[in-house]
Amino acid sequence: MGQAYSTIAFDPAKCDGCGKCMTACASVKFDSTDTTRSLIQIVRSGGASIEPPRPGEFELALCRQCADPKCVTVCPAGALGKNGATGVIDWDASKCVDCLLCTIGCSYAGIALDEHSGRVSKCDTCDGKPACVPACPTGALRHITTARIYNEVGSWEDLFAPGLAGCQGCNTELLMRHALRRVGPDTVLATPPGCVPGMGSVGFNGTTGTKVPVFHPLLTNTAAMLAGVKRQYERVGRKVTAMAIAGDGGASDVGFQSLSGAAERGERILFMVVDNEGYMNTGMQRSSCTPYGAWTSTTPVGEHTRGKSQDAKNLPMIMINHRCEYVATASTAYMEDLYDKLDKALAASERGFAYLHVYSPCTTGWRFQSALNIEVARKAVESNFVTLWEYTPESGLHFTRPVNDPLPVADYLKAMGRFRHLSPEQVEHIQNKVAENLRFVRKIAEQADER
Amino acid sequence: MHTTDYLIAGSSHAALEAINAIRMHDGEGAITVVTRDPHRPYSPTVLPYVVSGRSTPERVYLRDDDFFAHNKVDYRSGCALAGIDPAAHQARLADGSTIAYRKLLLATGASPVVPPIPGIDRVDYHVLRTLDDATRLRAAMAGSKNAVVLGAGLVGMHAAENLVKAGASVTIVEMSKQLTSGYFDEVAAGMIEQAFLGNGAKIRTGHRVVGLEPGPDGATLQLDNGDTIPADLLLVAVGVRPELGYLDGSGIATERGILVDDSMRTSVDDVWAAGDCAQARGFFTGTPVMNAILPDATVQGRIAGMAMAGDPGLKPYPGGVPLNTYHFFGRHAISVGSAAVPEGGRAQVRFDAASGRYLRAVFDRDERLTGIFGVNEFFDAGVMAQLIVRRTDLGPLRERFFAQPLATGRELMSQLWR
Repeated sequence: MGQAYSTIAFDPAKCDGCGKCMTACASVKFDSTDTTRSLIQIVRSGGASIEPPRPGEFELALCRQCADPKCVTVCPAGALGKNGATGVIDWDASKCVDCLLCTIGCSYAGIALDEHSGRVSKCDTCDGKPACVPACPTGALRHITTARIYNEVGSWEDLFAPGLAGCQGCNTELLMRHALRRVGPDTVLATPPGCVPGMGSVGFNGTTGTKVPVFHPLLTNTAAMLAGVKRQYERVGRKVTAMAIAGDGGASDVGFQSLSGAAERGERILFMVVDNEGYMNTGMQRSSCTPYGAWTSTTPVGEHTRGKSQDAKNLPMIMINHRCEYVATASTAYMEDLYDKLDKALAASERGFAYLHVYSPCTTGWRFQSALNIEVARKAVESNFVTLWEYTPESGLHFTRPVNDPLPVADYLKAMGRFRHLSPEQVEHIQNKVAENLRFVRKIAEQADER
Repeated sequence: MHTTDYLIAGSSHAALEAINAIRMHDGEGAITVVTRDPHRPYSPTVLPYVVSGRSTPERVYLRDDDFFAHNKVDYRSGCALAGIDPAAHQARLADGSTIAYRKLLLATGASPVVPPIPGIDRVDYHVLRTLDDATRLRAAMAGSKNAVVLGAGLVGMHAAENLVKAGASVTIVEMSKQLTSGYFDEVAAGMIEQAFLGNGAKIRTGHRVVGLEPGPDGATLQLDNGDTIPADLLLVAVGVRPELGYLDGSGIATERGILVDDSMRTSVDDVWAAGDCAQARGFFTGTPVMNAILPDATVQGRIAGMAMAGDPGLKPYPGGVPLNTYHFFGRHAISVGSAAVPEGGRAQVRFDAASGRYLRAVFDRDERLTGIFGVNEFFDAGVMAQLIVRRTDLGPLRERFFAQPLATGRELMSQLWR
């Protein structure tokens, strides 16, 4: 498996050209206040004649640490090379003969002459802690370190069978493979009726679809059965993680009493809900987690009804009221956040009930192209349609990815077909509901801050 | 008989890029590299720096043995190509052995031209193309009092500067009217000349050497005007051309180099050529040209490797653009593109004597950049090359571009190739 690398990402929509990144770089790298020496250069691009400049008019000249670096291929002295461990294009000052051919090779002005030293200079990402990023006040620069996860995950065993029968572009498959890799082989897995067994976790022809023991409880008794299994393992002295991967229908509707009971008793299990906002496996029926206005096969769009006429139940907030050991919401568009929460949920499940609620867009049921799953998941968060947070009884609720400048919810709704029929009034209803949900969660978060 | 899927003759930039390109698409096919040179791969471009002592022979290698092991390449140095039988898909080596190939890349580079001056066969002289040449020249340089450099291209000028710095009295003899002709224009060449004169070098441009005689300390040169110049060290650096004797009887078409199409294919099946030995389409002329520069060798090697491996991502060669950088006495000169002003186009020039900054930019009739040349005026050469190759309309930005080529070039880059 190839190596993934950390990278400095630039969002031109957020850059106002303040130049603080350049000041920081020149200072750290050259102990200089001359920003022309900075290895990151903010460039005014479009509409340069209009004053004052606006965000979106700035671009970046910065070494891209290319995977297929032209500067390296044209260096006659062997002074440049791609570092296989860090991904950085390393410059060996002692080998460099100052011929400047690398500046011919680079199309991105990523390696250039520093007139003070008479030598080329380029970004080395400050050994993995780039000084420009914390200096950026608008969030236009970010240091993306998600690569670390993929490098680690690549070395863990995938505990599901290779050929699961998920729909094309299924987010749930991605999620369950990642989650079980992290939780590891010493696991007993409960997968109640839904997409997870539907795509093959419980197997075919007498073999399971997992490399760990898996069972198929009823929708109604998942948490109860799993709690019993866990207690039996504890009784015989074996340390095993008891994990459920359940759909929102199973968890929030008929399965809710056993879930609530297990949470109330503090059973030491890890309950992960894959929330695709409906009974997608059986033909896309509505659940209590289906949002207002959404088309499903049981909330059709026609002469009399225009999608679901009730709002969704906020299941993770209900779980907080059980004072579980750990409750969190997550999204596959934010994998570092998801992995962080998986780690905490796993640890909490050794002490008590851990609940992880993952929003999981459904290409088939929500009606969008199979390549766009992560994009839809990201828009849900960016519009505050869903919020990412975590809760423990000790420290209360905290947002983990607060979105202070949200997209209009219409941008999210337009990303899929199940909301295509919405009237402006319905969109307004949803926007209001987003605001209300956010106020509600913020209130809880503020209480935590006051402590 | 040794058999291989890919046979590559040569071991410098074009060959190395071809190996990379082949391995991107074909992880397993057998690759064999044969090279006349006895060393691991290095760049001829680094040799002036070996002569100056800036680099050392053991530090110039571009790849180590691990690279060849990792890429499953059978690397055979000291192993020159002697002949090709394209019909039989066989290559004959200088040691008499034969290799059967499926696909063949000729990346054999070029060798110094030795002009037919009467008496040249009776005097000792240096050339600078191989690592062994560089080592020999560096050793000779230490004891030189009166050195003559024949030819004022970049190799000759580099060596002349090294000789000046080593304390020798240096004379540069050049047939054309100016130094570095073909790389830099008159004004830039004048600046280069002043720098050399200021450091004690003598310059004899516009003169030919008509005779060479062994002298008391080495050789005596006779110029076309009757002057004689003694030399205890003579460097012949009048240019390079490919040595293509191995093509005799192969039927592979050549002019000044091996003729190739836009995927570096020669006139016969399953044989490609790239780098200094190839004659490929010129970006400005549209006709086959020799563009013996390092960046073009990498582009051509990449294309040849992709074509040989059948990589569907292959994009045809955009045509060779002259690209040169030159560092002299602490100053930088950069040339990108063509110096000639196209019909209906114009050249814009500015020169600040105080700072020594010189800039010349050439635009065609449609306000597109075709060439840019600077001394002490830094711009991103790679960005400029893209503006030329993409035939970017500079339109209303032309004046600002000329005033601030660095900033405006980056601005265009950020709009055009995010």
